[in-house]
Amino acid sequence: MIPTLQDYLNIAPILVVSSVALLEVVIKILFKNSKKWFSYISISGLLVAIYFAVYNFGAISLSFNDMLFSGGFASFFEILFCIIGILTILQSESVNKIDEFNTAEYQILILFSIVGMMIMGSGADLITIFLGLELMSICFYILAGFARKHVAANEASLKYFLLGAFATGFLLYGIALIYGTTGTTNILAIARQYPMIFSIPLHVIGFILLLIGFAFKVALVPFHMWVPDVYEGSMTNVTGLMASGGKASAFAAFLLTFSIPLGVKNMELIQIISWLAVATMFVGNIFGLAQRNIKRMLGYSSIAHAGYLLVGLVSSNSLGNQGILFYLVIYSVTTICAFGVVSFVEDEYGKNLNIEDYSGLSVSNPFLAAVMSLCMFSLIGIPPLAGFVGKYYLFASAVQSNLIWIVVIGILTSIISLYYYLRIIVFMYFKEPKTENKIILSTESKISLIFSSVLILLLGIYPSLLLSVVEKFFKL
Amino acid sequence: MLLQFEQNVLTILLFSPLVGVLILLLIKQEEDTFLKYIGIVTSIFTFIISIYLYNIYNINDSSFQFIKSIPLINFIDVKYAVGIDGLSLVLILLTTFLTPITLISSFNSIKKRVKEFTVFMLLLEVGMIGVFVSTDLFLFYIFWEAMLIPMYFIIGIWGGKNKIYATIKFFIFTMAGSLLMLIAILWMGNFAALQPDGIFTTDYFKLLSIVHLIPKEIQIILFLGFTISFAIKVPLFPLHTWLPDAHVEAPTAGSVILAGVLLKMGTYGLARFSLPLFPQAAIQLTAILITLAVVGIIYGALVSMVQTDIKKLVAYSSVSHLGFVVLGIFAATEESLQGSILQMVNHGLSTGALFLLVGMLYDRKHSREISDFGGLAKSIPIFSTFFMIVTLSSIGLPGLNGFVGEFLILVGSFNSSFIPSKWFTIFATSGVILSAVYMLWMFQRVVFGKITSESNSKLNDLSKREIGLLIPIIIFIVWIGIYPSTFLKITTNSSKNIVTQMNQSIQNINPNQLSK
Repeated sequence: MIPTLQDYLNIAPILVVSSVALLEVVIKILFKNSKKWFSYISISGLLVAIYFAVYNFGAISLSFNDMLFSGGFASFFEILFCIIGILTILQSESVNKIDEFNTAEYQILILFSIVGMMIMGSGADLITIFLGLELMSICFYILAGFARKHVAANEASLKYFLLGAFATGFLLYGIALIYGTTGTTNILAIARQYPMIFSIPLHVIGFILLLIGFAFKVALVPFHMWVPDVYEGSMTNVTGLMASGGKASAFAAFLLTFSIPLGVKNMELIQIISWLAVATMFVGNIFGLAQRNIKRMLGYSSIAHAGYLLVGLVSSNSLGNQGILFYLVIYSVTTICAFGVVSFVEDEYGKNLNIEDYSGLSVSNPFLAAVMSLCMFSLIGIPPLAGFVGKYYLFASAVQSNLIWIVVIGILTSIISLYYYLRIIVFMYFKEPKTENKIILSTESKISLIFSSVLILLLGIYPSLLLSVVEKFFKL
Repeated sequence: MLLQFEQNVLTILLFSPLVGVLILLLIKQEEDTFLKYIGIVTSIFTFIISIYLYNIYNINDSSFQFIKSIPLINFIDVKYAVGIDGLSLVLILLTTFLTPITLISSFNSIKKRVKEFTVFMLLLEVGMIGVFVSTDLFLFYIFWEAMLIPMYFIIGIWGGKNKIYATIKFFIFTMAGSLLMLIAILWMGNFAALQPDGIFTTDYFKLLSIVHLIPKEIQIILFLGFTISFAIKVPLFPLHTWLPDAHVEAPTAGSVILAGVLLKMGTYGLARFSLPLFPQAAIQLTAILITLAVVGIIYGALVSMVQTDIKKLVAYSSVSHLGFVVLGIFAATEESLQGSILQMVNHGLSTGALFLLVGMLYDRKHSREISDFGGLAKSIPIFSTFFMIVTLSSIGLPGLNGFVGEFLILVGSFNSSFIPSKWFTIFATSGVILSAVYMLWMFQRVVFGKITSESNSKLNDLSKREIGLLIPIIIFIVWIGIYPSTFLKITTNSSKNIVTQMNQSIQNINPNQLSK
């Protein structure tokens, strides 16, 4: 079938962002002194993409011979990823300050990684999802090593690449086995063969391999080993993008392959996923306790949150899926905001990353400290912040599926996590400052931090804003 | 216009401190005095609204009043729902009464970061009022938890030497407890959804109408989820260990609010949720809870006796006093419940005042060790007079407020059919005597005797501001002592409702089960 104009319109957000990225490549070659314009070009491109995504939102359809979804769920994620991109670019102040990093490539890679995320969020075919995943991952491998003169960045990049390539192998092998047993890679076509298809062991193995591939990308225990090192070595803004967008897109694909078509009703798979969730919540939070480096700590926290998100998948009901979407938005915004603060305090690559460097931040930089504590309280899940509503939803879905034990574990680990989140606040507020170092923020950074904070508060007080959108995708 | 104000009075009351917060955020950090005045004026304004609320509250109506609800999440029944009965009303009045007093008391003692302090105190007030007015468990939980944040900062920033340990301990204890409650709330909401035509709900009244359908074994688990959370807050022995730490490290204003209102949230929760929602489970577990309460009464008193730090002594005495309140609640007779509610207010007033006085002493001498004082009656007579009145009120001297509450609790629990043995009450009574021992002994060592050290003879007596903020408390202490029915009649209907519910449910239990 020849693609129609409607097909192109359906994927307009993806097209817009990729053409802006390509445009930047051209501008970079033609104009030597064009550096300062790149962030504006990228942001306007992302805003146009958001416009198209909102425009498409109402009409859910399939395009390009059932390769891509558009509208609804796909638009939702397109908007989320564009917002993540805008926040990242707005916060990239420390990147802009240093000539070595301030190159067009930085912007271009970010845009391409967002294209990859958007494809993952709208894939209706295992191949499309794989394509998106690879596009995003390759951009991340390069971005992780962007501070190329530093050993830690090189280590991060190489480690991420090697382990990532290995995981991709699992993913592809899984797709191959699923194709072998079902004769198709289209998600909806596979779903039509449920549940009989699960009686073929090879098919189940295929799904397990697929699960391992995704588990690596969302950093589930025991596939989380790369997270602390990569998060620590990458530039902080990039880390923020990986922790929010990278995780959210992998979860989008996770939902698409495992939950959307019919909902996983295969008990063995659910059993495996629930054990992964438990291990992830425990390991993430317990290892988080021991960290002194704030990026590593946030890395373990992001592992733990992948565990909470998985609880929604385990309960496999509509409340759980809605909870995942809601939580992903909150988690992404909070994480990117927290990493933003870290990047402003860091100032220069690799400095001021220890928790002691946050002593007395509330005296020297009250705004940054307030934003950071808001993020921490939201990650703990304390009302009236948005993180609470997200956790409430995920746990409510588990209760609905009669999985009280997993809720108890989730809550136990939340209590463990209290300690390391609170420790940052202890240092910021209760300790005397070491230096009177006033950090000057640009307007862009302030806009980004204020936007995130307002969102965290607003969605905590009035969650219906987002929930009424999310509930449309999953009805019983 | 006025009618609309009346309908929304609870919402206005609840969010009125936020107006002050917004104004504060616009003012520069350096304007210390101005910031303090804004805080005080806002909290007095809130107090005036609550007085207005008291005036338009209909004492004879036994149902909830000023009900207002706005959906928060559309497709599940979670909403902003407020409403009060007598029990809530007295605690709201206590909250709005104590907040301005604490803000005035910290006028001179809080010197750093005044802006944040005032903001946190006002936010705390919103949280506390919110807990008492919510009639939706989700909303209740939001306020219950949200209130932790300002308290965490108040202890952590303006606290004493060991503040970080104390504040983290406080946070983790409370949070751990309340998450248990969250599971119980989720379970009940889901249970409601499983009923015919059901929807996931956290509405207090709807849940109240379906809880009897829950299997008994699960009722007990849910009851524990709620009760453990409340017991940590009360605090009930043996979950009390965070309390002395938090009290000793907190600044005076923090201690007053902690003792005055925060602990009451625990007992309020027991009376509002644990008993009415799970009466049968409550009856089955009464013996255990009462034992803990009585142990707490005696243990708290004995530990108080050996303290060398006045503030710690008062902190442990709270464990003892709150034991009485718990005893009264689980005895579940009308007298004992009335006594418990009154005793919540009494404890808020007298312990609050004790913390204020200890704080004043600390401001002057920078010590709270009993052995550093002596003969204060000669050097600072006005202080000693106030200290004496409050001490006597805390002991429960007839004619002052403490006596009425404790008397009602003891009489009520002696006659209670839910308490398996009269010995519980008899042991609890010994707590009254013990409290006289530790309080009077402390008082004698601090105030009477010879002036032991030179510096004690040079202490300044109370200033006008300090006298001004103690007098309102003393007025209420005497008022409740002499004419308690002003306050008792507000809560009569609430107590009756709880007793009726308990009696109904005991008839539902078949006799075999009871004899087991």
